[in-house]
Amino acid sequence: MENDKLVIAGHEFNSRFILGSGKYSMKLIEAAVKDAGAEMITLSVRRANTKEHENILDYIPKNVTLLPNTSGARNADEAVRIARLARELGCGNFVKIEIMRDTKYLLPDNSETIKATETLAKEGFAVLPYMYPDLNAARDLVSAGAAAVMPLASPIGSNKGLATKDFIQILIDEIDLPIIVDAGIGRPSQACEAMEMGCAAVMANTALATAGDLPLMAAAFKQAIEAGRKAYLARPGRVLTRGGSSSDPLTGFLRD
Amino acid sequence: MVKINGKPLETAGKTVEEYLASAGYDKARIVVELNEVIIPKESYADTVLKDGDAVEIVAFMGGG
Repeated sequence: MENDKLVIAGHEFNSRFILGSGKYSMKLIEAAVKDAGAEMITLSVRRANTKEHENILDYIPKNVTLLPNTSGARNADEAVRIARLARELGCGNFVKIEIMRDTKYLLPDNSETIKATETLAKEGFAVLPYMYPDLNAARDLVSAGAAAVMPLASPIGSNKGLATKDFIQILIDEIDLPIIVDAGIGRPSQACEAMEMGCAAVMANTALATAGDLPLMAAAFKQAIEAGRKAYLARPGRVLTRGGSSSDPLTGFLRD
Repeated sequence: MVKINGKPLETAGKTVEEYLASAGYDKARIVVELNEVIIPKESYADTVLKDGDAVEIVAFMGGG
């Protein structure tokens, strides 16, 4: 277990919990990062405030890798533009591509995402594309140079859990990159299940932002993700299709 | 008229450096895009804003 690192684009992480920073106060970020044990945090790029306003970077510990997203982009060109701005902000070369044309379900546009991934990977970005879990699209993302693949569990912000479970499993089985479940995970039990399936990491934001006690929920997710990872490494036992199997010796007492 | 973060402002003739200072931006925490091209920080002082320019000044915010 000590050597069980998550490796993305050559960077090693001990934590498999990627934390979102949206929809809660900056003052809670420090506690969330600490209680989540997070080593990577997502951010968005937006029109700047002047310096009398607080800056989120002052609340994020320096050892935490920043994962800017391209939210707001409706096509590949806009995502590339946002990614370049994010890199110019001088906090590394990681980017989470997020391209949405639809505002009702916020579902990602896989084909535009593949285009943006190709462009940005060529420019030296470590590209983590958020996508709808489709094997063909995931293979195209691998060919385009993605550093990991981030399939959604259910719509962003829904807290509905692993609605796409079977299709995420196909990606885990077939794609030779870290599969990070992003979007829709609402409870630690769902994060744990994703990790048991073999996901490399889980990303959560709304599950924490909408919880009654954010740092406590961050701690719960941390434990669930660690438990699921251990269970995956321990290789879960078989499931019987019918009947039972006693856990106790069947002979030696009362009957011969 | 120069459009800065969506707002038309009378800043033509000023440099990017002058505008950022007068508006109170922290240069270390922002990126400036002029007509969709990123301006390197070292060019802020020699980049003069012209009528019809569109400037975006962006920074990191919370996000998922």
